[in-house]
Amino acid sequence: MTKHKYLEDVTTLTLNTDKCVGCGLCEIVCPHGVFEMAKGKAYLADKNSCIECGACALNCPAKALNVNPGVG
Amino acid sequence: MSKNNIPKVSATLSLKDIAGALKVRLGIGRMNYMVEPGLYAIGNPDGSSPVLVSANYKLTFDILRKNLTDFSCWLLILDTKGVNVWCAAGKGTFGTDELVNRVEITCLSDIVYHKRLILPQLGSVGVNAHEAARLTGFSITYGPIRAKDIKAYIANSYTATKEMRLVEFNFMERLVLTPMELVPVLKASFPIMGIIFLTNQFAKRPFVKGDIAAYFGAVFSGAFITPLLLPYIPGRAFAWKGWLTGLFTTFAILCKSKGFTKGSRLMSFGQILFFPALSSFIAMNFTGSTTYTSPSGVKEEMKRALPIIFSFGALGAIIILCSHIFGKGRR
Ligand code: SF4
Ligand code: SF4
Repeated sequence: MTKHKYLEDVTTLTLNTDKCVGCGLCEIVCPHGVFEMAKGKAYLADKNSCIECGACALNCPAKALNVNPGVG
Repeated sequence: MSKNNIPKVSATLSLKDIAGALKVRLGIGRMNYMVEPGLYAIGNPDGSSPVLVSANYKLTFDILRKNLTDFSCWLLILDTKGVNVWCAAGKGTFGTDELVNRVEITCLSDIVYHKRLILPQLGSVGVNAHEAARLTGFSITYGPIRAKDIKAYIANSYTATKEMRLVEFNFMERLVLTPMELVPVLKASFPIMGIIFLTNQFAKRPFVKGDIAAYFGAVFSGAFITPLLLPYIPGRAFAWKGWLTGLFTTFAILCKSKGFTKGSRLMSFGQILFFPALSSFIAMNFTGSTTYTSPSGVKEEMKRALPIIFSFGALGAIIILCSHIFGKGRR
């Protein structure tokens, strides 16, 4: 499969690593593989692929994630 | 609800289901293609069978059951007003409240004795798993994105592979979206054809077939070729991809119809300004239909591209119109 690439450095997604409890749910829900886990914390492995769907922020139990979900 | 009056559905689609799907894809009677929300049985489920949650859009429902042959489970269908999971989750109708509500209405805890709901991964856009678990007493597990992976996911003790977790946007997915791009532009083309017809009544150098071909070439380039060839066209912004494709298409058509040799240089310049800009504008519209564009990206793209597209388009249109109305009539 050819990986589609859209504009870089535009997403409003932020991750507060201090708050992250390492549950791994963000990695599960993200449809674009933005997150990966390392040393018991999530990190942004492919931030530019984020489509701001809001799934990660809605499901993060620690409120470590923030994103402006777009309408559409 | 007792177990006996839960409707049982087949995992095989009937001819009517297939015809219905075709009609929806072609945009005939798209509204109201939904199933009744509630609990359904597939195969011969019992109290230990898995519960799959989905939307009440008939196509979603059909794709789901088609992928559940020789399998026993429960389907908990939420009322998403006949909209698919991802779009409904974005709107919030496939959401925590409706899930909690539907678990209660169906008395699900009297029907199964385990405490696990399997939601499609894309439902996570609307459902807060922790909140829903707290309110329903069921734990929320996000299954794969595509129905075809569900059986493998369950057999693999509820774990999805990385591929199962990523949305695609392959050729077929892009192809089925193109009619929705083409039809509105073709409709909007009627008044433009009207203007051309009126102009021809008094223009010194009337529009000819080549001009019309260049116009529809640009439409086709933006609404069909660009979406289909999307990942193969260099660049990232849709406006740019559409402009590039439009430039090629316009060149090809104008050369073929001798638009360049017969028209004035100025008019060719106007055509090269106008047609690719039109293709670019139409292609940009496709940002709203993909699975990989972020709203912030689209906003950024519009901010940067629209002023350029409009200046090119307006200048090109003025040049083209003037050269036709006042031109020397060399054709
Ligand atoms: S969902 Fe939140 S807490 Fe869990 S791993 Fe991701 S960022 Fe960390
Ligand atoms: S907003 Fe959506 S696409 Fe972006 S990181 Fe979160 S889950 Fe992934």
